[in-house]
Amino acid sequence: MEMGYYPGCTLKTNAKVFEDSLLKAFEKIGIKLKELNKWYCCGTVYSLATDNLMYRLAAIRNLIRAKEDGHEKLVAPCSICYNTLKQANLMAKSDEEAMSKINAFMDEEPDYDGSVSVIHPLEVIEAKLQEIKAAVKKPLGKKYAAYYGCLLLRPKEIAIDEHENPSIMERLIEALGGSVVNFPLKNECCGSYNVASNKEAVIDANYRIITNARRNGADAIVTSCPLCHFNLKEMQKEVKKVHPEFAGLPVYYFSELMVEAFGIEMEG
Amino acid sequence: MNWLLSKVEELSGENLYACYQCGKCSAGCPMVEEMDLLPNQVILLVKLGDESVVEAKSPWVCAQCYQCGVRCPREVDIAKIMEAIRLIKLRKNIDHIKLENVEKNLPQIAIVSATRKYTG
Ligand code: SF4
Ligand code: SF4
Repeated sequence: MEMGYYPGCTLKTNAKVFEDSLLKAFEKIGIKLKELNKWYCCGTVYSLATDNLMYRLAAIRNLIRAKEDGHEKLVAPCSICYNTLKQANLMAKSDEEAMSKINAFMDEEPDYDGSVSVIHPLEVIEAKLQEIKAAVKKPLGKKYAAYYGCLLLRPKEIAIDEHENPSIMERLIEALGGSVVNFPLKNECCGSYNVASNKEAVIDANYRIITNARRNGADAIVTSCPLCHFNLKEMQKEVKKVHPEFAGLPVYYFSELMVEAFGIEMEG
Repeated sequence: MNWLLSKVEELSGENLYACYQCGKCSAGCPMVEEMDLLPNQVILLVKLGDESVVEAKSPWVCAQCYQCGVRCPREVDIAKIMEAIRLIKLRKNIDHIKLENVEKNLPQIAIVSATRKYTG
């Protein structure tokens, strides 16, 4: 099965390991993620002002590219890209006035009608859990805390799962032979772009979230967002400066666990 | 209606009078410890036309995580209200960060997101 694939900027740079592992893991379960022939930055963090359509153009342009390439479904692994593209697509389906302005402004582009469906890889996985179980060669055998953060779950309209108590990542981990721990902070924000202006907020969030996972017995944290990954992993160094007793945890993308359990060797 | 309230309502599309100050938004806000005003206080001050809210720290600490909005019993989307307050400054060309001061080792997604939320 082939699906359209929107990488976004960070999967090509800081989160290259996310892209590489995801493409390999999906190939193993019979899904080819076909990168769009042409794509741009999604615009990130969906703009919320009623009159700010400018910031939504990039997302709509990417959806037009997906349609041009003939994809009914577009897979966006980065949680922020997923959220931005999905919210823009909902606008395309429901807000005629906004779309008539956007279509008129982008007169070099065909009109967009909201017909591409934006999905997250975890939604694809949900329907493939049997195949995933069958492909496991080296069961994981550790305890994991599944961290969803915000943008896969909120606002409600774009949630990939139940927004207060999601379980899709846990079901994946169990299918891969790992066990999961109770993790009350799994849907609490990591501080997001505060890392660029107000690091203390991210340091505090990191401390709270990682400590909560450890107290519940986790050996590692699993996530799907390159910004959560950075804030939870790289910022542990900063947390240690403030809380010398802090013991961190390794942080992985869910796709890294898939390739590990499937016994796929990654280069580099 | 005071100018602040009408501006915030126009930019956010939200009805601030729907809020009955239950505080549930603030109880669940993950950034609240860094804030100088609780999210429900931000709403109250806007309704009162208290312009100090435009200079407060809270709108800039808000991470647009949408936790408040999904839990609000009155369906007030506070993330949109925070954005409206940020825009009152950003649209006067007053940026919240200087890009040259942002650390270079951050992932692209952090830099682009911060540019979107903290600069006009
Ligand atoms: S949760 Fe809603 S009603 Fe309650 S204080 Fe916050 S905005 Fe107001
Ligand atoms: S969207 Fe902002 S105000 Fe609301 S819970 Fe998240 S950080 Fe707090």
